[in-house]
Amino acid sequence: MSEIAEKVKAIIVEKLGVEESEVTLEASFTNDLGADSLDTVELIMEFEKEFNVSIPDDQAENISTVGQAVSYLEENK
Amino acid sequence: MSSRKVVVTGLGALTPLGNNVQDFWNGLTEGVSGAAPITKFDASKFKTQFACEVKGLKVEDFIPRKDARKMDLFAQYAMISTDEAVNDANLISDKLDLDRVGVIWASGIGGLRSFQEEVTSFAQGDGTPRFNPFFIPKMIADIAAGHISIKYGFRGPNFCTVSACASATNALLDAFHYIKSGMSDVIIAGGSEAAVTEAGVGGFGALKALSTRNDDPASASRPFDQNRDGFVLGEGAGAIVLEEYEHAKARGAKIYCELTGGGATADAHHMTAPHPEGTGAARVMEMALQVSGLKPEDIDYVNVHGTSTPLGDVAELKAIEKTFGEHAYDLNVSSTKSMTGHLLGAAGAIEAIASIKAMEMGVVPPTINNSELDENIDKRFKLTLNKAEKREIRAALSNTFGFGGHNFSVIFKKLED
Repeated sequence: MSEIAEKVKAIIVEKLGVEESEVTLEASFTNDLGADSLDTVELIMEFEKEFNVSIPDDQAENISTVGQAVSYLEENK
Repeated sequence: MSSRKVVVTGLGALTPLGNNVQDFWNGLTEGVSGAAPITKFDASKFKTQFACEVKGLKVEDFIPRKDARKMDLFAQYAMISTDEAVNDANLISDKLDLDRVGVIWASGIGGLRSFQEEVTSFAQGDGTPRFNPFFIPKMIADIAAGHISIKYGFRGPNFCTVSACASATNALLDAFHYIKSGMSDVIIAGGSEAAVTEAGVGGFGALKALSTRNDDPASASRPFDQNRDGFVLGEGAGAIVLEEYEHAKARGAKIYCELTGGGATADAHHMTAPHPEGTGAARVMEMALQVSGLKPEDIDYVNVHGTSTPLGDVAELKAIEKTFGEHAYDLNVSSTKSMTGHLLGAAGAIEAIASIKAMEMGVVPPTINNSELDENIDKRFKLTLNKAEKREIRAALSNTFGFGGHNFSVIFKKLED
């Protein structure tokens, strides 16, 4: 797993209070990891802070799984 | 008024003296001070460096971490004390109609730490707003009532009362009316506060409201004493299950006592100072007696607001003289704030619990730290100085007053068989 993926995973574990094993690349924030809409906004903000990027709202809407977050950050960092 | 009667069937407390009702009551009767140097932040540059903090609490023992981090401490306190009260009342069962259960939960300030942290972090940045999405729902004072309803599914009336240091008594009185009128059968009423932060201590300090007795925090809260110099900031929560009498009887609930009514008035005098003659305070006690259908002689104990400020304590005793006449010197008065400090919007809740327990146990908790009575105070008052006293209490009145000139009183009375 890439360094970015490791960091993303750690943020999700911390913010959503889920087990590390649940945070697979396919996992959906809302359907699999119990996030509500506010949790998702908070996750995006944490990614922005951790990776020092700005994720526009229209892009953020397309990030709903762990894998999508990792890909976006790998491409835009 | 309807003939519906309101009774107390459950209690929960999270206080500087103990993290449940039993430990709280033990501390009160033993005359323990909850004051100590502040641990929540570095107060070394503050004029006041001590407070009455909640001690030894592990929030994660009560609230799952992922829920707790979306709550300010004041809401966490609310959840923990409500849990004790709901269990004490043995309230939850399949037969409970959740539409008929409400929550009226007070906080004078709300999520002060959350507000302080988010605004500080913004101010330290480059002007780009990066506010956490949970900032507002953590901060707003009404959110505790919301969290309680979500946890238990209570779908009745749900809101927050905000009237500064009178907020929790305000909640109790509102709950009384919602049950009395038939809008609810059960209300979880109470209040919580967690203002021991830089902004809280600094803000109240700037008002010169806080004691600065840093060399001896335990003796700083000294209501009625000649050398009192302000209140000691406290934190915590109190939860009370109020229930319609027939509803409680039908489910075989343990009944502590009746909440017979209360009063609400304003001083219309000054932003923060009480009226020096205690006129609003006298009227609120008179109103509480009238609503309760009681005579002054029926009250055996008054748990005063008594914050240990120079003006407030004397004005309140004047009000008691005005309301109770000669009986003012026969009833017992005490300020439990001498031990707990001032819990602001939660004060009325833990002081109601102190009054209810006093009645149940036949013991008046003391006003500690009295070494020299203020010379302006009539010596005939029974101020329960320094030591708890045994006394059969038929009815107890609890006062709280808030910045803005809000005055609230409630009366609890032993249930007649």
